[in-house]
Amino acid sequence: MEKYEIVIGLEIHAELCTESKLFCNCAYIFGALANDCTCPICLGMPGTLPVINRRAVEFSVRAGLAMGCEITPSSKFDRKNYFYPDLPKNYQISQYDIPLCQNGQVSFEFEGELRTVALRRIHLEEDAGKSIHAEVTGDPTRSFMDFNRAGVPLLEIVSEPELHSPEEAIAYCRAVKEILEYIEVSDCNMEEGSLRCEPNLSLRPKGSKELGTRTEIKNKNSFQELIDAMEYEVKRQARILDAGEEVVQETLLFDASTGKTVAMRGKEEADDYRYFPEPDLVHVQISDEWIEESQPTLPELPAARRKRFISDYDISPDNAEFLTNTRPLAEFFDEAARLSGEPTTCANWIMGDLTRLLNTAEIEIQDAKVTPAHLNELIQLIGDATISGKIAKSVLDDAFETGKMPKQIVSEKGLAQITDTSEIETIVLQVVEENPGPAQDYRDGTKKAIGFLVGQVMRATRGKANPQLVNEILTRVLSTD
Amino acid sequence: MLDSGQVSSVELTQAYLERIEAVEAQVRSFITLTPEQALRQAEAADRMLATGEAFPLTGIPMQIKDVMCTAGVRTTCASRMLEDYVPVYNATAVDRLFSQGAVMLGKGNMDEFAMGSSCENSAFHPTFNPWDLGRVPGGSSGGAGASVASGEAVYALGSDTGGSVRQPASLCGVVGLKPSYGTVSRYGLVAFASSLDQIGPVGRSVADCALVLEAIAGHDPRDATSLPLPEANYASGIDRGVEGLRLGVPSEYFVEGIEDGVRRAVEQAIATLESLGASVREVSLPSTKYALACYYIIAPSECSANLARYDGVKYGYSDQQADDMWGAMEQTRRHGFGPEVTRRIMLGTFALSAGYYDAYYLKAQQARTLIRQDFATVFQSVDALVTPTSPVVAFPVGDKTGDPLQMYLIDVCTLPVNIAGLPALSVPCGFSDGLPVGMQLIGPHLSEPTLLQIGHAYEQATEWHKRFPEL
Repeated sequence: MEKYEIVIGLEIHAELCTESKLFCNCAYIFGALANDCTCPICLGMPGTLPVINRRAVEFSVRAGLAMGCEITPSSKFDRKNYFYPDLPKNYQISQYDIPLCQNGQVSFEFEGELRTVALRRIHLEEDAGKSIHAEVTGDPTRSFMDFNRAGVPLLEIVSEPELHSPEEAIAYCRAVKEILEYIEVSDCNMEEGSLRCEPNLSLRPKGSKELGTRTEIKNKNSFQELIDAMEYEVKRQARILDAGEEVVQETLLFDASTGKTVAMRGKEEADDYRYFPEPDLVHVQISDEWIEESQPTLPELPAARRKRFISDYDISPDNAEFLTNTRPLAEFFDEAARLSGEPTTCANWIMGDLTRLLNTAEIEIQDAKVTPAHLNELIQLIGDATISGKIAKSVLDDAFETGKMPKQIVSEKGLAQITDTSEIETIVLQVVEENPGPAQDYRDGTKKAIGFLVGQVMRATRGKANPQLVNEILTRVLSTD
Repeated sequence: MLDSGQVSSVELTQAYLERIEAVEAQVRSFITLTPEQALRQAEAADRMLATGEAFPLTGIPMQIKDVMCTAGVRTTCASRMLEDYVPVYNATAVDRLFSQGAVMLGKGNMDEFAMGSSCENSAFHPTFNPWDLGRVPGGSSGGAGASVASGEAVYALGSDTGGSVRQPASLCGVVGLKPSYGTVSRYGLVAFASSLDQIGPVGRSVADCALVLEAIAGHDPRDATSLPLPEANYASGIDRGVEGLRLGVPSEYFVEGIEDGVRRAVEQAIATLESLGASVREVSLPSTKYALACYYIIAPSECSANLARYDGVKYGYSDQQADDMWGAMEQTRRHGFGPEVTRRIMLGTFALSAGYYDAYYLKAQQARTLIRQDFATVFQSVDALVTPTSPVVAFPVGDKTGDPLQMYLIDVCTLPVNIAGLPALSVPCGFSDGLPVGMQLIGPHLSEPTLLQIGHAYEQATEWHKRFPEL
């Protein structure tokens, strides 16, 4: 294996989360009853015509800009002709030689280095329906067609073959997924099929500049399966080449149950799609004004944001990674850090208690009642010693439940720390009197016996006494007696 | 007459239904008759007329070529493939007519999937020319031409991809109009060749066609190729006459195979137009000779993709005899399509295939640009062109079915117009051996008002439109 270099190019298909399909008014709802989300147009009934969904084009332009592409001023659609029952018209409306976006690049961290992969193109096309075969129905004599997905807008993102390991390919996929989620053009849910990554993989002798024969692998439902598929395929191709034979250019399916890639069943792959310009649609013109207007609406992208967090807020790369995991989370942290001026403290609260609460409640941060303002107020209350860190945790719990601001919670529940030294001293004296044993232990030298006494004071004050003050006063009282 | 209440739509419709009963067995211009729906629509039309909210076409009985979708009414495209297919929606053009109170007598016979020039390619039965029942009515809108000529419908909607409205109008002695591409919505018109198809009216007079065009033309958001035209106004102004208009006669259209009777009738018509005040000169359209080849590459290519959807999976004829799915699809298409449709799908698939695309399809599109430019150049010096619509009059049934190329040659005068996306009007201009001859007027893009104006002036100066076949 050491004598070969792996070369991988990726085709990523992302379903755009537009309200309607690419060429008709139907809304696509994942999980809806079969064929409920259809109309004569997406079913390809006789006489129907496609009309372009403007929002889908807008999303595509955003995606192109976010990945540094040139937006083609005038692009067109083409018919890609092939027969398959899940393709209603037996041609797919796609883009062949003049795609919406060209060139571009995606950068990501891989093994401690910044890698940049060039993009060849991004284009828009319609999705096909879904076939339901025997594995689901148990009946090998029939298959069923669900056209709900037919006509959904797909963005196809094609990279240059510049990736050199399955792990690197995954890192690239994750980076693209992150960008698409950040700019909110796709849900990028691999399990639901709204993100599909198809690697084109080949091997070549180390040092060679020529590309070897590649195979395309389809049909993986998770990043894990994708890695398994690529690793298997690398080994399979290496075995073939070692034996002095040639790899056949073909499309393969990954069978998760066997862990192997197999040639696709059915008719021999027909490569000739007989592309010709779609006569039912006119050219798509993207003006300079349109591009100018789209640019500012792009949010700061994840990689740039991580860099900024590390340099401006002085947090570790690992923490930056966590905090930019989703755009709402990153924005929450950014705002809280800005308000409080204490980014590290915010980071700890978010990564610790807040995440715990979100996970237990099974909600995302954007749906939580707690806002950056809440966190900021909480941090201030700790900072000016109104409450202790421990009390703050319970205040956060309450705020998460009710949405009330920390100050309100503290006053309603009377949680403010007791900082009046004479008040504390009274209780300390009482506790020492009631617990002569431990008090004597301390005086005799067992310094940690103070812990018990502190605990008792805290109990007596229902946790509200300022622990530092308690410690100071107890120590003083015990030493002077 | 409807407006003044002399006769009701119901009475009118009944009269037409009776006429159909009398002659349909001989003419066979319909695939599906819808008498009950027609009477219901007539009743509704009478109500519209009573309240004074009527349109020019309210209550007038007509025929719709079976290539346009009519919700709830079988739409077959004269093919086994769609023999029992019932659409769930109306074509836009049909919708517009219905909303204006039109009355549909039934669906018109045609060549299968609009491919043909004689109506002999219908999978069900041919239609016969009312002027001589042993001859063809022309195609592919044979039913439209024949039903208007025989008095079975006041007007009909047809579709024109290479001449399919104009040629049957010419062979049946009635008026046919193909509008500029983009004028009438194609939504609901079962596609044959997307960049060439247009819906057009067939009627007894130029004025009738103008009224129908007005009702169906205009932008449709459901058709991305429909033009954002201003309010359709075709009927007013048709009586402006031809004084001062410049007419061109392209020499290339008086082809070698043109019948003497046709040549004489058209030349006579040109002389008439001159006497009415138009100036006439000879012009040349050198690229005309490429139009036939250009058409027979582009149209089949587009149709090969448009007809790919007929696979027996979702709707229509479905052959379940085979061993597996691919076999079933092949059988469905083998038995569902007739020979001419099959021929064109194969031609188109070939022309688009790898290794041939550049030599055929791409070249044809380039030739198309030249043909368009030729017309644009010529229209700098003339307002309209006058040509024969068809080089021949109606030929006997079965005469040309043995040789597809012979059939294709009939459309030489009409095809270039579709290639260029221009409007054209066919107007009766005489008889040859008792069979109608048609004159074609071609104009620049969106010049329908001019064409209607010329056609109307000619019509009013002649008596052809007052002659009826004896049935």
